[in-house]
Amino acid sequence: MKAIYNRLFGGTTGVVQLGILAAILMIVLPLSLDIFRLNLVGKYLTYAFVALGLVLLWGKAGVLSLGQGVFFGLGGYCMAMFLKLEASDPISTKIQSTPGIPDFMDWNQITQLPAFWMPFKSLPFTLLAVVVVPSIVAFVLGVAMFKRRVGGVYFAIITQALALILSLAIDGNQGYTGGRNGITDLRTLLGWDIRSSHAQYLLYFTTCGLLVLAIVLSQWMLSGKLGKMLLAMRDREDRVRFSGYDVSMFKVFTFCFAAALSGVGGALFVLQVGFISPSLVGIVPSIEMVIFAAVGGRVSLLGAVYGTLLVNTGKSLFSENFPQLWLFAMGGLFIAVVVLFPNGLAGVVELIRKKVSPFLKNLRTSSTLPTSGSTPLPSPDKP
Amino acid sequence: MQSFAGFSLFSVLLLMALGLAIIFGQMGVVNLAHGEFMALGAYTVYLSSTVVHTYLPALAPYYFVIAIVIAFLVAGLTGWLVEWSLIRFLYKRPLDTLLATWGLSLIMQQSFRSIFGAREVTPTLPEWLMGSFKPSESIDIPINGVFVMGLTLALTLGIWLFMYRSRIGLQMRATVQNRVMSGAAGINTRLVDRFTFSLGCGIAGVAGAAFTTIGSTGPDSGSRYIVDTFLVVVFGGTASLMGTIASAFGIAQGQSILEFFLKGTMGKVAVLMVIVLVLMIRPQGLFASKIRS
Repeated sequence: MKAIYNRLFGGTTGVVQLGILAAILMIVLPLSLDIFRLNLVGKYLTYAFVALGLVLLWGKAGVLSLGQGVFFGLGGYCMAMFLKLEASDPISTKIQSTPGIPDFMDWNQITQLPAFWMPFKSLPFTLLAVVVVPSIVAFVLGVAMFKRRVGGVYFAIITQALALILSLAIDGNQGYTGGRNGITDLRTLLGWDIRSSHAQYLLYFTTCGLLVLAIVLSQWMLSGKLGKMLLAMRDREDRVRFSGYDVSMFKVFTFCFAAALSGVGGALFVLQVGFISPSLVGIVPSIEMVIFAAVGGRVSLLGAVYGTLLVNTGKSLFSENFPQLWLFAMGGLFIAVVVLFPNGLAGVVELIRKKVSPFLKNLRTSSTLPTSGSTPLPSPDKP
Repeated sequence: MQSFAGFSLFSVLLLMALGLAIIFGQMGVVNLAHGEFMALGAYTVYLSSTVVHTYLPALAPYYFVIAIVIAFLVAGLTGWLVEWSLIRFLYKRPLDTLLATWGLSLIMQQSFRSIFGAREVTPTLPEWLMGSFKPSESIDIPINGVFVMGLTLALTLGIWLFMYRSRIGLQMRATVQNRVMSGAAGINTRLVDRFTFSLGCGIAGVAGAAFTTIGSTGPDSGSRYIVDTFLVVVFGGTASLMGTIASAFGIAQGQSILEFFLKGTMGKVAVLMVIVLVLMIRPQGLFASKIRS
């Protein structure tokens, strides 16, 4: 029992930290923000799913993917297809030349629902697809690349190209995907109006709950064999390989898990914001999500959530008040986080704790403060 | 006509990739701000065009050649500064370089936007760059396309001579292949690094200057090309100048032929997918040098 508890939450320190995060998300923020702002926070939290995946993939396994927007987008599009089909029932689309199909298809002279849209009439299938489609794509890509030992910069560039490919492909097939405008006008989920503030509260809490679940799940994975393997691989991959482990499959699994998390994030994004478009899939959002994880401290799961919230809040504040300065701030943030704080917020917290803990020790000589499970960051890339 | 479009795209891709082939191919620095250095070159030409037409209209027919040189110097100097202030701390961390240079590219983009405005600009081109050859009734070859092609050829030849026939080029290649050994042989490797980086940036500036003859320049024109540029270099196999040339040629021909058959962006999507597939099967690129890393 004690062992499971330690693995799920990382001991008492972990429980306290997770509890603080959950309290901020589920009590402090809902009480202090109006529903418009809370909905924005909910939107940011969906990016935090991607950032969590990046912590596993980049921070722990040392593989930087610049294409996580692809998986976010795949999950989001799956959800949006279901909602769009529900919104385009024959009655509300009766002015179209073909009633019963999404409006953008009608505008593009498509008269029949394409076959790959058909299964998305079912909610269970859609919910499954949100997780499974990104995982399958990640699996295929992961096997193709990790088996051939593509890593480091090459992996980053290829995944970035994938983000470009998917956003261009969605853009170029307007009749099937909604094109550049994306899939818009999503109103109800099984007849339940997702735009009412009641629904937005519920969706916000669902997002928080799933996020905490994702953190616990990741924590559990990392505390086991996989976590040790990933660290070993990041620091000395050859030695792991020579010990007889199949290095690539551990990476493939992590890549798939990160992709599934991103897919869930994407689906929750669509539910809360009510649309999806290729602009959330391409190069820029994909690399911005990396900076969320980097600001939080690329090895810290909770840090990724705080990083996402902080950067996005900053983005909102800047772009509302000083739109010209935002890109300067963002660019400066990228540089500062890399050059000055490679461990991000988590590193700063760790530093403070190291400064403070000897001081506390002097006060209470008997007590031993646990040094938490976070590890110092070695250089992620060996020369 | 389609094959001419392919050649035109070839020279554009090769121009973009040459600088990166040095910075990424030779040094291994992932410079995501490479596109912005091209934009910097383009804006330099725009600025010189404005200055010349305002103060020295007599020089208008000739300024373009000088403007290209100035673009090279401005981009090269900026590259020198960037290497000194940022890149040199990150040589051991390529993935972090990637993030830092992305940040740099955002800052440069916003600077362009603040200084030159969000609208796209075009320099006033000299008369001799306008118009087209007409070798026969049906063929119509634009002069600016030929100019860009000629510039690309000259630049490629120049870089090849410099890299493989000059003393500094020898030092650059030696540093790339074995840094410690080169240092022991008396090469100032840090200086070579800085020089190599700023040379690559300067070449990007020339590329940007050449693009002003084909299209207009906006704050984000650089970022539009960055993925293509990287793919050209990776696809050709890094550290191989021939590979870069061959892959630029292949990608350009493929893309212009496919764009003829497929509508809109799907031609480009198809080309990108083929590149990614080839890279998955052959991660080292088409022409990999056989050096152990």
